[in-house]
Amino acid sequence: MIRPLPLWHYLTRYVDGLLLGGILLLMLTGLVTLYSATDANLNRVTNQAINMLVALAIMWLVANIPLQHIMRIALPIYVAGLFLLLGVTLFGEINNGARRWLNIGITRIQPSELMKIAVPLMMAWYFDKHEATLRLRDYAVATLLLLLPVVMIIRQPDLGTALLIAASGFYVLFLTGLSWRIMATLLIAGAGSLPILWSMMHDYQRRRVMTLIDPTQDALGAGYHTIQSTIAIGSGGVLGKGWQNGTQTHLDFLPEKSTDFIFAVFSEEFGLVGNSLLLLLYLVVIGRGMIIAANASTQFTRLIAGSITLTFFTYIFVNMGMVIGILPVVGVPLPLISYGGTSMVTMLLGFGILMSIQTHPKLVKT
Amino acid sequence: MNRTVEIRNHPRELHHFRLRLAIGGGFVLLLFLLLFIRFFYLQVSQREHYHTLAEANRISISPIVPNRGLIFDRNGEVLAHNYSAYTLEIVPNKVANLDTLINELSTVIEIAARDRKRFKKLMDESKRFESLPIRTRLSDVEVARFAANRYRFPGVEIKARLFRQYPKGDIASHVVGYIGRINDKDLEQLEANEDLANYRGSQYMGKIGIEQSYEKELHGITGFEEMETDAAGRVIRVISRTPPISGNNLTLSLDIKLQEVAEKAFGDRRGALVAIDPETGDVLAFVSKPGFDPNLFVDGIDSENWDLLNNSIDRPLNNRALRGLYPPGSTFKPFMALAGLELKKRSPQYGINDAGYFSLPGNTHRFRDWKAGGHGYVDLHKSLVVSCDTYYYGLANDLGIDNIYNFISQFGLGKKTGIDIEGEVAGLLPSQEWKMKRYKQKWYAGDTISVGIGQGYNLTTPLQLAFATAILASKGTAFRPHLVKQVQNNKNGVVREVVTHPLYTLDLNSNNLAHVRNALVDVTRVGGTAALAGAGAAYTFAGKTGTSQVVGMKQGEKYVESKVQERHRDHALFVAYAPAENSKIALSVLVENGGHGGATAAPIARLVMDYFLLGKLPEEPAAKTVNEDEESAHD
Repeated sequence: MIRPLPLWHYLTRYVDGLLLGGILLLMLTGLVTLYSATDANLNRVTNQAINMLVALAIMWLVANIPLQHIMRIALPIYVAGLFLLLGVTLFGEINNGARRWLNIGITRIQPSELMKIAVPLMMAWYFDKHEATLRLRDYAVATLLLLLPVVMIIRQPDLGTALLIAASGFYVLFLTGLSWRIMATLLIAGAGSLPILWSMMHDYQRRRVMTLIDPTQDALGAGYHTIQSTIAIGSGGVLGKGWQNGTQTHLDFLPEKSTDFIFAVFSEEFGLVGNSLLLLLYLVVIGRGMIIAANASTQFTRLIAGSITLTFFTYIFVNMGMVIGILPVVGVPLPLISYGGTSMVTMLLGFGILMSIQTHPKLVKT
Repeated sequence: MNRTVEIRNHPRELHHFRLRLAIGGGFVLLLFLLLFIRFFYLQVSQREHYHTLAEANRISISPIVPNRGLIFDRNGEVLAHNYSAYTLEIVPNKVANLDTLINELSTVIEIAARDRKRFKKLMDESKRFESLPIRTRLSDVEVARFAANRYRFPGVEIKARLFRQYPKGDIASHVVGYIGRINDKDLEQLEANEDLANYRGSQYMGKIGIEQSYEKELHGITGFEEMETDAAGRVIRVISRTPPISGNNLTLSLDIKLQEVAEKAFGDRRGALVAIDPETGDVLAFVSKPGFDPNLFVDGIDSENWDLLNNSIDRPLNNRALRGLYPPGSTFKPFMALAGLELKKRSPQYGINDAGYFSLPGNTHRFRDWKAGGHGYVDLHKSLVVSCDTYYYGLANDLGIDNIYNFISQFGLGKKTGIDIEGEVAGLLPSQEWKMKRYKQKWYAGDTISVGIGQGYNLTTPLQLAFATAILASKGTAFRPHLVKQVQNNKNGVVREVVTHPLYTLDLNSNNLAHVRNALVDVTRVGGTAALAGAGAAYTFAGKTGTSQVVGMKQGEKYVESKVQERHRDHALFVAYAPAENSKIALSVLVENGGHGGATAAPIARLVMDYFLLGKLPEEPAAKTVNEDEESAHD
């Protein structure tokens, strides 16, 4: 007997309520902050709301796809992504000294954005394949799978994105149980390669790192961002100055206040209390992601869920760290809150995968 | 497919994973704690300090917009300048009910429906706290009247601002371009270029033409004023001032008088003309007709004018000289002739008996000459003078497409000339490789034949034709065409010349060159296709007429100009340089739907050269106005 299922069931069957609740609350916080950050520009707020709806729809779609299907396309997506990155290197449009975009006739795409999902998928797929017999060689191959796109993206140059992809891949390695000794070696090797990285960096990137060490060195240039955002946050105090009352925000001292520095707006107007609540809200989403990872049934789903969740955290930490002046200024948005459509879609695509892992039957059919 | 295997949770492995995940979780908590500690430090421990700093931020830095650089023609005539005028401005978020306010305001100062519409559009594009103009160019009387009523209108202010003005109106509008309000896309671009700081306070930037491509030179460096303000943001006193540095002035290579003569010569014809100094690459005139009034764009164009320009069948916003693609037609022939001589496929003495058509061996298809029955005996000289098609069909076949492509691409056809305004298109000089890439088809011998007379797949811009003609005029030396001649630094007065080194020099046999160049002189003499335009010229000049097909003709069908609708008529082309030796000017003329080059395009060239070489001002346009009666009679 098959009873006709109500629409509601179809809509919510593969949706994780707790995760969705957290996401929606964060999005709402984002819209409220954006309204203030743009000086009540309803156009921008509406645009962002549309971005959010599109991203939510994509999340819902992905959540409805069983993970076996996603697993099957891990390799093709990764390979396609590599080719697109190669395409960017060869034929990419140079936009302000950086080659990040590829014109594919119909539209322009940014392959590095695709790699944010493709790299952890590929690495998780690889480890899933070689699950039974994990040897050092497998780690070497997986590390190569990670480094290839990361190096290509660093050279575009897009340090922020490269960093996030490196992190997402590192989390996969970490979660497979890579021995501490090797991780320590990698860490030392990484530190050793810093001078090389420094030599590959562009002037503006070096300036940003130097600015972190001494923001006053370039008070009207690169240091201006950090100085003004720490003033905004500090002067917010415990309770904040109140919604739409931030002087730093509204007298236009804050730069990029609707995108990368939106947290300074939030923090100035809602204070330490607001910050703590926001951290808690993020913790709920991260915690839920961890639980989904812990309960996942296969090596692939576990690794991918863990990596997505920890990468989400990395976004938050890197963005907030940059706004409060403990990390250099790299272009990383505050997830679900910063203005912008692309990162919103990538983020919710990840959450769609998490939901799919949680809500589809855990028995694996072959 | 339905075989269910065991859950692949090897307990030990799962345990390992969960341990690692827990460590990851601990890491997350630790770093969040770090964030919290920093928040606490900033917002509790150091709150007083930052509070004071935020208050001190009441000492605000406000940008002073630099004066935009001026644009002059080569003789110092002003093409773009700034003037100061009073504007009536509203800050939208300081006003409760905007419509009521504007209605009230219109009782004091006249505000037209157009002004309102433009203001609405500006509001959509701007931030709410920006001061936006609702009326510009207030008269002294209006300023006084508003001042008396000012108390009634909080949030409304009169400001003195600098405005851009283009005194020549639509003359050279496609070259000079215009500035417009900075929009979101511009902002993104500026941000990515790290130029945003220098544009704090700027409301305008170049959108097209010289204004766009020399934006960096013209904009200048923004100054700053440190001011003490009260809590509401009102200025109490100015503490310090870093003056702005005005943008650099540009001197164009363009001769605006010549440009004007050229534009007038077109009458109300559509078309393009590019004139180049073959010795330097200076662009002397750069015409795309019809033009538009760039002044309309400066403050944001209103929708009526925009629709008028954008929807016009004449497409006045299209820069035909830079972006218009036309088959070069017979203006291609001098380069073909030179190719034939240089590659030793033809001698000057070799002749054919033209029966009016050419057929490939073993093929009955007839490639027809424009003259039914043919030109009789034709050698190289005559082939150019009477523009014989049959001669070039045969030559094209003997040369083959590879030779044609390799030789003629040296004259810059099929690639961008690199002129210093944005948006140039490359045109198309066909090759085997191109056809394979574009159509996935091999090149047929028949394809080559029509390429030989500048038809077929050939597409060029008027700029490219002028460039190629300039190379011919200078006997093989190519200069990059450029519109800006000098940049004058407004800070220290230093003038920087745009360097005019030759791009390259072609190694051409001087006898071969002389044969072609002599024939081109005879084109403008009795018996040549441009004899009419050449009649009575006080200097010798060389030229070549051309016709570029708009509608394809069927085999055997005859093209009768009077029977074809005006918009479907062929485009008329003419390239020329003068004087024939030590040329001072090389140019290309295109008259859309002008019919034959000799009849409509060449007379325009003559007027331009007469003015440039003799200073003679024409009495009336060269191109006759399209006769409407005649048109409708044939419909």
